[in-house]
Amino acid sequence: MNIIGYITDIFKGVISLLKGMKVTGSYFFRPWTVVTQKYPENRKKLEMYERMKGEIVMPHNAKNEHKCTGCGICELNCPNGSIEIITFQLVSEDGKKKRAIDKHIYRIGMCTFCGLCVKTCPSKALSFAPNFEHAVFSRERLTKILNKEGSVLEKGVEG
Amino acid sequence: MIFNIYDFTSFTQWIDNLLYSNLSPFWALIVEMTLIGLVFLLGYALVGLFLVYLERKVCALMQNRIGPNRVGPFGLFQTIADLIKLLLKELISIKHSDKLLFNIAPFIVIIASFLCIAAIPFAKGLHAMDFNIGVFYVMAVSSMGVVGILIAGWSSNNKYSLIGAMRSGAQIVSYELSVGLSLITMVVLAGSMQFSTIVEAQSDGWFIFKGHISSVIAFVIFMIASTAETNRGPFDLAEAESELTAGFHTEYSGIKFAFFFLAEYMNMFIVAAIAATVFWGGWMPLHIGGLEGFNNAMDFIPPFIWFFGKTFVIIFLMMWFKWTFPRLRIDQLLTLEWKYLLPINLINVLIMAFLVLMGWHF
Amino acid sequence: MVEEIQKTIDTEEEYTINMGPQHPSTHGVLRFVVSLKGELVKNVQPHCGYIHRGIEKMCEKITYPQIIHLTDRMDYLSAHINNAAVCLTVENALEIEMPERVKYIRTIIEELSRIASHQLWWCAFGMDLGGLTCFFYGLRDREKILDIFEESTGGRLIQSYNCPGGLMNDIHPNFQQKVKDFIKYFRKVLPEYDQLLTGNVIFQERAKKVGYISKEEAINFGLTGPSGRGSGFACDVRKRAPYHMYGKVDFKEVLYTEGDTLARYKVRIDEMWESMKIIEQLIDNIPAGDYAVKMKPIIKLPEGEYFQRVESARGEFDVFIISDGNKNPYRIKFRSPNLVNLTAINAMSKDHKIADLVAISGSLDLVIPCMDR
Repeated sequence: MNIIGYITDIFKGVISLLKGMKVTGSYFFRPWTVVTQKYPENRKKLEMYERMKGEIVMPHNAKNEHKCTGCGICELNCPNGSIEIITFQLVSEDGKKKRAIDKHIYRIGMCTFCGLCVKTCPSKALSFAPNFEHAVFSRERLTKILNKEGSVLEKGVEG
Repeated sequence: MIFNIYDFTSFTQWIDNLLYSNLSPFWALIVEMTLIGLVFLLGYALVGLFLVYLERKVCALMQNRIGPNRVGPFGLFQTIADLIKLLLKELISIKHSDKLLFNIAPFIVIIASFLCIAAIPFAKGLHAMDFNIGVFYVMAVSSMGVVGILIAGWSSNNKYSLIGAMRSGAQIVSYELSVGLSLITMVVLAGSMQFSTIVEAQSDGWFIFKGHISSVIAFVIFMIASTAETNRGPFDLAEAESELTAGFHTEYSGIKFAFFFLAEYMNMFIVAAIAATVFWGGWMPLHIGGLEGFNNAMDFIPPFIWFFGKTFVIIFLMMWFKWTFPRLRIDQLLTLEWKYLLPINLINVLIMAFLVLMGWHF
Repeated sequence: MVEEIQKTIDTEEEYTINMGPQHPSTHGVLRFVVSLKGELVKNVQPHCGYIHRGIEKMCEKITYPQIIHLTDRMDYLSAHINNAAVCLTVENALEIEMPERVKYIRTIIEELSRIASHQLWWCAFGMDLGGLTCFFYGLRDREKILDIFEESTGGRLIQSYNCPGGLMNDIHPNFQQKVKDFIKYFRKVLPEYDQLLTGNVIFQERAKKVGYISKEEAINFGLTGPSGRGSGFACDVRKRAPYHMYGKVDFKEVLYTEGDTLARYKVRIDEMWESMKIIEQLIDNIPAGDYAVKMKPIIKLPEGEYFQRVESARGEFDVFIISDGNKNPYRIKFRSPNLVNLTAINAMSKDHKIADLVAISGSLDLVIPCMDR
């Protein structure tokens, strides 16, 4: 074995090790570089991105009106059947029969957040909401009804 | 009451006299031993738990994390919560395992590390026993731990455990040599194996400064070899969690696992304490010749703070190693020992003997 | 009973251990049946299929836009690239030319997800070798890319951002600035990766001359991506059969000829630099325009066979569709680079230590859900 090579090997090795220790050591002595977020404590000021696909909601306006006409395109487009729409015939004042939703059922437990329902909805009735705290104690509670109690179709939205 | 935080000799003497004057010599000895045992047991658990916490915090900061922060202020009680969890966990017995050996292994490991503490001087006059062959005793006793690891691996009826145990055997047997030789280098300088004499000899300067080149080399080798002997990263081949899941303690659960875990941390404390004692002057304050004011100021800090301070600095170094380097392979591990550390060490002993003979040390 | 089984699998010289399906270094539910002689690996038999979900079969029942959410879940680390492959196949079959804007954005996001994937590979590889700190540094930097993804696409790991005909929605106004910030940050941090792991003497020893595979063998096994390019096999689809903007940007195909774990490692590190170069060329001149082409509500492919190659983070990802003219494919086949790369593991790890097997399987960068589909 070449004795000079042997010694330079040792020194090169030690220097490479010290370089690595410099990186970890520099982070150790700079505690302000910590990136951990303390989650439940920072809940109040936690801001999610507005586009975050947390869950699907049906926005209602102040008069408790939504835009869903019950056409069923979202149900058709959903790849795994997490949306189910129950409609009924609504007879308006002038005697015309019109379809309206009774229940817009959304099973978040099955949803894969592909976004096809939101994208294909002709009346833009659905949207994503950045809520992510979905943990519940029973599976039934993962089935949600998106239209609120007593809500009606917004005026001007044609089905 | 003759209590003095700078010198515990009179305090321990006082307890000794008190016991012997009131009890028969046999019972006095028994009570004394029990007392020391209890104190060590308590200290062992406390230091072990604190080290686990420290390791978590240190590695967290190195990795841009916070570390434990939920249980108690700054997560201080996290390890205690973990201990309670481990105590409550089921002890799973393995089919086709050797029950006796399986149960005995954690005790052997923990006893080996426990025995070592007896020789360590924590402060002036504060040690369980001042052997005249202290260095030799520590080395002999600490190498017993590998027996426990081998037994654990063999009796688990698990091939992962067996591979881990065999690796550990090869590793500790090899690195024992380097630890021994690097300590012998310092024994040559000190001229004694007694820890109290070694510490006293460093009153005018720590050995790492006194023996300059040779001491520094010995210290580096001791750090490498002792890290390997305690089975810590980057030499944690015995548990190698990405290869062997958990190595020799794969099959252990509950408090038996906790014993292995605690023993690992206490071994780290012990090697750090020995390194501090032999190389950095133990409880001896930092003295610089000629600076009287500075020396007096240093003397004002109690010796046990010096001791624990030095020990924790060395422990921090070992943690720094673990959380920076990737793990070695078993053949590289042995290459490092037999082709690099051992020859350097042998030459180093010669250099040190030469230095001492010529009086070229400080 | 146990003794009998033991006798059949353990011979005098060799014994067998199971690595996985629950093992820290197989990154998922992959199982290696390893024959060992002492610590030397004599034979490795990979058993896959633990996470088989029948994605190809499921695709036969759903429409083309719906396939996207399944390809997301195959190679989840380069989900966007998989999606782009399916979309490209459909778009080429329908002979629709995408707007420039879509091509730019797709290319940028593909390169971002390549960087993110390589970052995760880097941290997992470091962890395989026992350097646990790598794991957190890699994830810390990957987080920044995921934030960029989340802001524009709404998804972090699984974006579902592509759809046949363009993109689901336009990029967020902050997108360009954030990507530029990230590139600036990552150019500073990437040398730290080298200091921590690449230059480290222990790592060099662990990776050098481990898991050697020659160029000929690599071609025979069909190794693609960084694993193939580490052996000198020029197989980058971005160069060979350019798609999106890759024909028009300037980047180097990273090639190493050593064929060992270190070479595969270096290919990936260098690819991160190249990806950053590609993004920098594109990010400032994203042309204005539509982010999607108006498609028919129900997409039907004309009868025939369609094929598209893309370069995913792990190698060549191919989509092959047979259409009978319906709204769903008659048969769809994905070529997963992971499954093909896995085949070489036995040849690579023969007569190495068991610790090397971990390093080798780490250097192949296997994603099990893509392998099993």
